[in-house]
Amino acid sequence: MNSLPNTSAGVDKRHSRRGSSARSTEAHNRRWADLVAALPWITPALIMIFGVVLFPAGLMFYNSTRVISRSGLDKGTAGFGNFAQIFAFPDFGPIVVRTFVWVILVVVLTVLISLALAQLLYKEFPGRRLVRLAVIVPWAASVVMTTLVVYFGLEPYFGIFNKLFIDLGIIHDPAGFGWTKQPETAFLWAIAVAVFVSLPFTTYTILAGLQTVSVDTLEAAKMDGARPARIYVNITLPQLRGAISIAILINIINVFNSLPILRTMTNSIPGYDADTIMTMIFKYIQVQGRVDYASALSVIAFIIVLIVVALYVRVVKPMKEV
Amino acid sequence: MTSATVRATQPRSRRYTKDSISLGRVIARMATGLIVLLIFLLPYITMLFASVKSKAEIRSVDPTYFPQEWHWENFVAMWTTPETPLVQNLLSTVIIAVFGTLLVLLVALPAAYYTARFRFPGRMVFLFLVIVSQMLQPAVLTSGIFREFLALGLIDTWLAMIIVNAAFNLSFAVWIMHAFFAGVPKEVDEAAQLDGAGRLATLFRINLPLVWPGIVTAIVFTFVSCWNEFAASLVVLQTAGNQPLSVALTKFVGQHETSWHFVFGVSIVAILPVVILFMLIEKRLIGGLTAGSVK
Repeated sequence: MNSLPNTSAGVDKRHSRRGSSARSTEAHNRRWADLVAALPWITPALIMIFGVVLFPAGLMFYNSTRVISRSGLDKGTAGFGNFAQIFAFPDFGPIVVRTFVWVILVVVLTVLISLALAQLLYKEFPGRRLVRLAVIVPWAASVVMTTLVVYFGLEPYFGIFNKLFIDLGIIHDPAGFGWTKQPETAFLWAIAVAVFVSLPFTTYTILAGLQTVSVDTLEAAKMDGARPARIYVNITLPQLRGAISIAILINIINVFNSLPILRTMTNSIPGYDADTIMTMIFKYIQVQGRVDYASALSVIAFIIVLIVVALYVRVVKPMKEV
Repeated sequence: MTSATVRATQPRSRRYTKDSISLGRVIARMATGLIVLLIFLLPYITMLFASVKSKAEIRSVDPTYFPQEWHWENFVAMWTTPETPLVQNLLSTVIIAVFGTLLVLLVALPAAYYTARFRFPGRMVFLFLVIVSQMLQPAVLTSGIFREFLALGLIDTWLAMIIVNAAFNLSFAVWIMHAFFAGVPKEVDEAAQLDGAGRLATLFRINLPLVWPGIVTAIVFTFVSCWNEFAASLVVLQTAGNQPLSVALTKFVGQHETSWHFVFGVSIVAILPVVILFMLIEKRLIGGLTAGSVK
């Protein structure tokens, strides 16, 4: 990866050092030949990135300034009317706040629990491989299906998790407070599910980081009589910086864009008290039939992600070695 | 593996985690491990038990932890439940995942190989585009995707979802395979070309066997991601019969009489093959996954 920045520039320099202008046109031609030779290999990927990722993004920006009927007809320009509509929506503020609460809580809890989990899975003990395999399961299982079983388990009266909580003495009412029927509790349970399904990837990324922690420094610290907690904070954690910062970045993008958990958990609750930006986009498309409002909100979401990721990359520099 | 002699001959680096830990500590680790294992499997054990209960038992106000009777015939009966055409939904999931993965491989493999092996003007621009498309996810682009495929006349078709899934998994596949190709010494290619092998032959006969682990990792990740995709399918696929399981199953929520035993029977069938696939590459998840980013 380190040799990337001086690739094409390197070719230039080599040729210009030789001197004459005839040589530089030759270099020019050679660069073109290099590009033409590369095209058959990268064009399919380019078509796909432009056609299915960047074009819809552009279309979304365009649609956010148009009036589009329920049947999909473009009825002319809306200026910033769609955005004005969204800002004027009384639940918009709470939805944005809830989106940030959602991302911050899920990512922070995920990383903290994953650090502990990775530490356990790094240590050797009989049966470790089985535990490692079990930790993968929520990663492979469909998020919708995992959410459905939690939703089912929390159903009033016949939910099996409610019964478990009663038997453990945590709650006393078999209705389980109607956890999935009220926006606040359903939202909190959605956070719990989101953390649960984010743990495998994060734990494995940190585990990969742990493999690269220098054993010599750990042993040296141990010889000096440092306590395990101090060794972890002063020696292990700093060396995990790369793995943790990459895991956080990918989690921020994934959790912000996450739809299935909240939608499965809270879609049957009337009103907008458990919505994030992402579920609201889908309510605009599917409930209200307003692709134009949805586009405007998507643009807002996109700009928020971009700013958050840019700030994060600038402050944390997760890829400084790449 | 655990005998004392083997332990003694292992390199220094292994000893840190092995030497002189007390039996008590081993038991503590095993106990914690067992709790972790149970917590991670709990939802899926719940699914399995729920899938074999009778409808009366699953809707009982005094729920049972273990099924009183194991109704394995649920796994036959569930396919004809009236809520959604489950057979078609499963077929949809399988077709979209299989062809989506094939398309990713077809497009990503040459790009990853060439960008890892050859320098050309615009190479950095290409790799930058790959990273940008990683940041954009279908959920945030649904309105654009919807309008585009509507205009193309592809709305509500499997082809649309195959293309969408392939496009959004492309960047990860390129990235991971690029890292693996970059790890193969260039001399290997040069030797092959001296022997008269063309570029395609060099790629397929010489490089592929060497980077096979990276390709398998990319395939599994793409497949799992296509298999579980939700957001774009929700908007692009409107006919019940075209929808994949991930979308179809959400229709059971909020129904007056939800057939939960069928929901979880189908879930078990859908989850099992993917879990097995993931377990096959478990060792590679530590390391291979982050080969390009974490050093």
